[in-house]
Amino acid sequence: MDNAIVATHPHTHETAVHAEHEHVSLPQHRHHFETEDQQREAATFGMWLFLLTEIMFFGGMFFAYLLYRNWYYDAFVVGSNQLSIPLGTANTAILITSGFFMALAVWAAEVKKRGLLVIFLILTTLFGIAFIGVKADEYHEKWEKHHIPGASFDVAEFVNPHAYGLKEQPLAPDMAQKVQIYFFLYFAMTGMHALHMLIGLGLLGWLTWRAYRGEFSAGYVAPIENFGLYWHFVDIVWLFLFPLLYLINRHPLH
Amino acid sequence: MSATSSTIVNLPDQRTARLPKRNYINNEDGLLSWLFTGDHKRIAILYLISITFFFFVGGAFAGLIRLELLTPQPDLVASDTYNKFFSMHGIIMVFLFLVPSVPATLGNFLMPIMLGARDLAFPKVNLLSWYLYWLGGLVILGAMVMGGVDTGWTFTTPLSTHYLNTHVVTAAMGVFILGFSSIFTGLNFIVTIHRMRAPGMTWFRMPLFVWSHYAASILMVLGTPVLAITLVLVALERLVGIGVFDPTKGGDPLLFQHLFWFYSHPAVYIMILPGMGVISEVISTFSRKRVFGYTAVAFSSVAIALFGFFVWAHHMFIMGVSNYSALVFSLLTMLVAVPSAIKIFNWAFTLQKGSITFETPMMYAFGFLGLFTIGGMTGVFLGALGMDIHLTETYFIVAHFHFVMVGGMLMAFLAGIHFWWPKMTGRMYPESLSKLAAVTTFIGFNLTFLPQFILGYLGMPRRYHAYPPEFQVLNVLSTAGATVLGVGYMLPLLYLGWSLKYGAIAGNNPWQATGLEWQIQSPPLTENFVEIPVIDYEAYDYEWLAHKTANEVTTVG
Amino acid sequence: MTEYHDPSNVVNPEHGEHHIVTPAIYMMVFGTLLLFTALTVVAAYIDLGVFNPIVALGIASFKAVVVILFFMHVKYQSRLVKLTVGAGFFTFLVLITMTLSDYISRAWGLW
Repeated sequence: MDNAIVATHPHTHETAVHAEHEHVSLPQHRHHFETEDQQREAATFGMWLFLLTEIMFFGGMFFAYLLYRNWYYDAFVVGSNQLSIPLGTANTAILITSGFFMALAVWAAEVKKRGLLVIFLILTTLFGIAFIGVKADEYHEKWEKHHIPGASFDVAEFVNPHAYGLKEQPLAPDMAQKVQIYFFLYFAMTGMHALHMLIGLGLLGWLTWRAYRGEFSAGYVAPIENFGLYWHFVDIVWLFLFPLLYLINRHPLH
Repeated sequence: MSATSSTIVNLPDQRTARLPKRNYINNEDGLLSWLFTGDHKRIAILYLISITFFFFVGGAFAGLIRLELLTPQPDLVASDTYNKFFSMHGIIMVFLFLVPSVPATLGNFLMPIMLGARDLAFPKVNLLSWYLYWLGGLVILGAMVMGGVDTGWTFTTPLSTHYLNTHVVTAAMGVFILGFSSIFTGLNFIVTIHRMRAPGMTWFRMPLFVWSHYAASILMVLGTPVLAITLVLVALERLVGIGVFDPTKGGDPLLFQHLFWFYSHPAVYIMILPGMGVISEVISTFSRKRVFGYTAVAFSSVAIALFGFFVWAHHMFIMGVSNYSALVFSLLTMLVAVPSAIKIFNWAFTLQKGSITFETPMMYAFGFLGLFTIGGMTGVFLGALGMDIHLTETYFIVAHFHFVMVGGMLMAFLAGIHFWWPKMTGRMYPESLSKLAAVTTFIGFNLTFLPQFILGYLGMPRRYHAYPPEFQVLNVLSTAGATVLGVGYMLPLLYLGWSLKYGAIAGNNPWQATGLEWQIQSPPLTENFVEIPVIDYEAYDYEWLAHKTANEVTTVG
Repeated sequence: MTEYHDPSNVVNPEHGEHHIVTPAIYMMVFGTLLLFTALTVVAAYIDLGVFNPIVALGIASFKAVVVILFFMHVKYQSRLVKLTVGAGFFTFLVLITMTLSDYISRAWGLW
């Protein structure tokens, strides 16, 4: 949403914590701070507090997952085996790489190398987009197979897996219906995660543009640093989502 | 005018006194300078106007509820409409009034000054917080205008997800937005307190007002996001129908309640802690004595915040939680009452051998002491499993939480508004009218809510608009009290507004109070301090204040 | 720098001496993360009985800790930041364990 005080650019609340130190003149020192160090530390601390809210936000869904995985383990196994390990692993590697480049971008800002900073930010963005692309492909596949929760959810594959060429235990019809809960959590958690990534990608575009203009290569690194915190946090959420959603029970079937 | 034995008010000579030439109000002109301000004091005033508006909207719903309850028959409105009344009353009063009341108005205004800072850490986030407040408020008003929501403010499943076709999603999204407003306020406070104190302002020299806001802010930051995700899940359940709370699809409706109350119990401490901070300041000032047991009061604030995270299932004792779990939560509920009691004892000992005067803020503070104690103790009664089975979902609960929220928090809010009104506006309010209002609210409050304890004990369920005829007398008493209460709350609106133009000029320190905010002009400069102070004295040091006043030269603003 | 600068407001984390984490460290962390990703996938195919989820979560937690300490610089930050991170995870654990206490004990029946 638009906060017109910062007349030069729009930003969402996720960025407000680090973005509002934007000043027309350098250094971007705000009058109510005594020193720039104080300002920088306050901004980092503020961003960490925001990340705490994100931990608790995702926490609710993690608990729902924990509960229903315990209650409907068989359904969760079957649902999880519907996901593609190669795609999931690749996505994990892609996101880790994106985080790696983000860390390097922070380093480039700290050593005041504008060119490298821009390159690393662009690489971060590209890998982030790749992640979203793979995710979109996975979602599309679920759409085709009628595995999106809702009225058109199709349990045929779970009740009678052998007919579809799957090496799975068949599920009783009522347990097969519980696979819908698994997929709901899959879409809710990865969807919420993807939403955070999209917001992050938007911010990356904006930050890359500002970095190109040299705003972060003269000592003012707080926005890059604090966005990095956000990006790494989103990465950490995926590091937990991957084993919880994809790797429930992959033992070879007897 | 000098202080007499019955009042400590010390105003400058009214014939020559003027408001300071330059202050945060006249520093810049024009509506846009207010709507785009970064000044924490202006944002506080914006909030004050906003929450007053929503308070009266919520109060109107309360009036409608009490009107219906005059008669045992459901004769004023249909059942669904009545449900909408108490739902809107609850949602507005909790999320649009009580949660932001002291933090967003008094906290925003005073905290940087009390710490010796020029502003909060993130002024633009502060302004964003106010805009989010209005966005959430408008969404909720929109839900109301479109037809209302009738789930109760607690959105309990599966009623809210499966059995209603009212505007649950809209209302839930409004509350979701308001949650972020609250989070950003709390985040701002925490960073400011940790990183922006003036030289010499150590943690244990801070006013207790700041400590209580610190504790409340921790709750805001850590608790509110869980409410956010819960509301998202409710919305998804309604829109997509996936079954996360639906037993027929394998979900557990109690999961909603666990997640909802994980926030909503700490929320009640978010609401009361800042009020307790106000009471510390007011009782100290009007007893002319430092707060007894500063450290205990400071740590008890943090203890309330910490323990407050461990007790939420006491709202769910009859809902199907396991007995063992109920046992644990009941025990923890007993424990969480201890820090609150510690505060009451410390305030009582502050009063002992103090030099007590009864200006309006002190009257509200005394009201708080008695009413909050009753409310808190009835909370402990409810924490006992055997009692709760009979008393839960009756008017006993309604009386309990109104005692702590209205008899406690709202009185503390009014105490704070009256105490700091001279600082915020430079004007004194009319003392006799304000005393009348305070007494009126006290009488009205007790008349409204004491009968409700009896009603609940006798078995009248809450959220019902029909009841057995033998309960009518108590209900009529309650409604009569509500009318008196309404008058009591209208009065401040009128005389505080009047005082803006005609009130006596207050000067820097009309209460002769300690605290940095009383060392600067009223109203303050935009930048708060001409020079950042260096603190080398403890909080509530009345000797330091006496020494300073004796030696200072006062100039007319 | 004004004479009113209060040292307690700046705790001199890395930025005091301007400790900058080097690309070399980042590369080691990167490699570690990829390695443990491969490990967790391999472990999922081995039947460890009840230890499968424990191993999976353990590896995920290790990766998260590594990201927090190095990519997010927390190893080089002030005690306040470290405490803040801890507080966040502590509250998350309170949510999980205490809610779980209800669900687990339901099966124990009445007294």
